[in-house]
Parts: sequence; structure tokens; C-alpha cells
Amino acid sequence: MPSVKIPRKSTFVDMTPFVDVAFLILTFFIMATKFKPEEPVEIKTPNSVSTKDLPEDDAIQVTFDSTGRVFFSVLSAKDPKIKYDVIKHINDTRSLGLTEAEMKNFVRVPSVGVPFSGLKQLLAIPQEDQKNFKQPGIPLDTLGGELYYWIRDAVGTFTGKKLLFLIKGDNNAKYPAFKQVLNAFKKNEIFKFQMITMLEDAPAGSELAIMRNREKAASK
Amino acid sequence: MASIDEGGGGGGGHKKGAGVKKAKKLSTRVDMTPMVDLGFLLITFFIFTTTMSSPTTMQLYMPKDTKDEDLNKAKESGALTIMLGKNNVVYVYRGQLLPDASNLHTTTFKGVRDTIIQMKKDVINAHVHDAGCTKIQEEARVGNPNVKPPILPDPNWKNACLDKDLVIVIKPDEEATYKNTIDILDEMAISAIKRYAMVDLFPIEKDLIKKIESGN
Repeated sequence: MPSVKIPRKSTFVDMTPFVDVAFLILTFFIMATKFKPEEPVEIKTPNSVSTKDLPEDDAIQVTFDSTGRVFFSVLSAKDPKIKYDVIKHINDTRSLGLTEAEMKNFVRVPSVGVPFSGLKQLLAIPQEDQKNFKQPGIPLDTLGGELYYWIRDAVGTFTGKKLLFLIKGDNNAKYPAFKQVLNAFKKNEIFKFQMITMLEDAPAGSELAIMRNREKAASK
Repeated sequence: MASIDEGGGGGGGHKKGAGVKKAKKLSTRVDMTPMVDLGFLLITFFIFTTTMSSPTTMQLYMPKDTKDEDLNKAKESGALTIMLGKNNVVYVYRGQLLPDASNLHTTTFKGVRDTIIQMKKDVINAHVHDAGCTKIQEEARVGNPNVKPPILPDPNWKNACLDKDLVIVIKPDEEATYKNTIDILDEMAISAIKRYAMVDLFPIEKDLIKKIESGN
């Protein structure tokens, strides 16, 4: 049959490749995303040229925010049992009278920032609801305050293991807050720290940049 | 949402009604638009939640609180003191602080790098070779493959001990921020300063900074 009319061209675009690409990108982002545990405070860390990666295991972390509130956390991604041991140890040495459920809750909590007297109250709240609870920070003084005991007992739990000490501070925190945290560590005879920073490049032409280029050339 | 309805594509069905009875050829084509919408919505979500740059850590070794022998032994000619004040201001002086504070300079975090580099150059120029120096040179020449990461043999090992008299003393004020402290420690890494220490301000220095800051 000879066609008389011009066939109407479809405006329907084949979306299949588009969908393919979209889902490819989506898959990439799902894989690349690592949800950070919800912290009670938001910390903006400074930048440094240091390239060492942040450990996830066998580390204790002390965080302080811009107002000087101090938080304590145990990093043991592989073995949550260690975290439980730490709180159990603290519960025993400081006789806090925490229940089993409260200690289990501590394992799920990313970090705590309350005095020992308020710890029972904090851990009674389920982890999901804790963000509404304003944590006052661990009390500190020039001799370390309660943070000293946190560190001491955590170190005691980790005996025989290589333990790293992380310090995470906010850009706008004042130096005395940092110093008090250092003092609490120093009182525990700990003098080696890792400070959490964001990576930035070594400035071009500096000695470090020259050194790094040399190392890069050597590894090739 | 965004698809344009038209009759083409092998039998569209926009003439629906009670009177239409004949069986139509149904299109096997599926409208993908909502799927794309959803896909991109999710992509957007993941892009926003992803933190691409992973945090790194910076090493810090603090001395014990006992009397610091090393610091006391530092040669005056090789000592540079960096004091961190309020509002990202940096005060530097070489050697001892003069009573009239005439050797105290005010600079910024941008300028302090040049000060450090200049200081390093001056110390290297004033360097005198001695026995301890030979040992440092030898260590640099051999390197150390046993530590992690391994220290590579330094092709410029002859220069390894030239700056051994250089000591930088960092004294953050109470008004200095944590960022300032990290930045200045970072400068040590950037300029490859081997000996530095973070200590408290002397009362006289504290007063001096206060005086300068209130004067501005």
C-alpha cells in the first residue's frame, strides 16, 4: 500500500542507556559511601600535609569542640567486645553502678561527653535518641580531670595491644582546651599522639614537596 | 512527568473509550522516565552524603614534663621562637628575647614560612662541622629500610647535619586556636624541621603579647 501521509515520527526517546549510566553512577556512589557514625558534635578538623590514614581499630579518640567540650570514644570496628570491656573496666574502677543493658548501649554509642556522674543517665537513653541530649563534655582540669581516668582504664583494657591515641579538635577550639587534653594523656605517661586532620597538598617548592617527589621517583 | 504523549511508537493508546473494541497491538516499550528520575534522585543523595576525602592523622610527640635538656642545650644562634597570638597573628624572634623586645617581629601564617626558611638558611650558613655531624651524615647516607615507612638513603647526605643546630620553639598563646597550633606544626613538616618543641609561654612573653594586642 503506497503511503500517502508522512509517518509521524516518534518523540519517544530510548532512555535505556541513560538508565544504564545513571545506575552505574549510583552503584559507584553506594559503594564509595561510608556513613560516618553520628557524632554528638560536629567537628571541623584543620588541614595538614600529613598523609597517614586514620586507623579504625585499636585506638582511643578524644574529641574537643569549639567551646571546649571534650568527648571520649573507643575505636574498635573489628571487635566491639573491646568497647564493652572498656566500659566494664571503668564501671568497676569508678563504681558507677551501670546495668548490663547500659554497658551494652555504650558499645553502640559513638562517643560520650558527660561526667561520670551523668554517665548512667546518658546510657539509659537509647543511642538513637541521644542526639537530643546535650552532653556537657568530660570535666577537665590542668591535671587531666576525669579524662585521665577514661584514658587510664581504656589503656588498662588494651594491655598487650598496640594502641593509638587520636586527638580530634575543632578549628576554632582554643589552645588551652588542646593543652588540657594533652595533659590528661601526659599524666598517663602517653607522649605520642595522632591528630586527626584533613589532607592537603604539600606546597609546591617546599622541602617536603621536594622530598615527596624524590620518594615517588624512587618507588617507580 | 516529562514524557510527551504521542500516538507513535507502534500503537499508542490515547483513544480509549467505550466504543473501542478491537484489540490493539500493545507497545513493549516501557516509559523509563520515572526510573531515571529515581536514579538521579538517589545519585544526588549519595553525592551529598559521600565524604570523599578521608581524614588523615598527624603525628605529635610531646616531651615529658621533666626539665627539657635538649631545649636548654640548644644553641642560641639556632633557636627560633614562634609565638601564636590572637586572630592568627604570629610573633617570632631569634635566640633570646631582648629586654626591649626589638628582635620580636609580627607576622602571619603566610609569612612565617619564609621566616623559617630564612632561619634555616642562616643556620646552615653558620654551620661548623664536628664529630657528631659525621654520625648524622652517615645515618642519612645509609638510610633505614627496617622502619615503616623505610627511610630512603639520602642522595644529599652531605647536607644532612647542616641544620642540626636549628631548634624551633612553638609557644601558643591562650588565645591561639587549635587550627593555629596544627598549622604551625604543619609548617615544621613542610619545611622539614627536625627539632621543634611545643612549650608554654614565659610570663614575660605573655605580657608582651598582651601589650601588643591591646595596642592594636
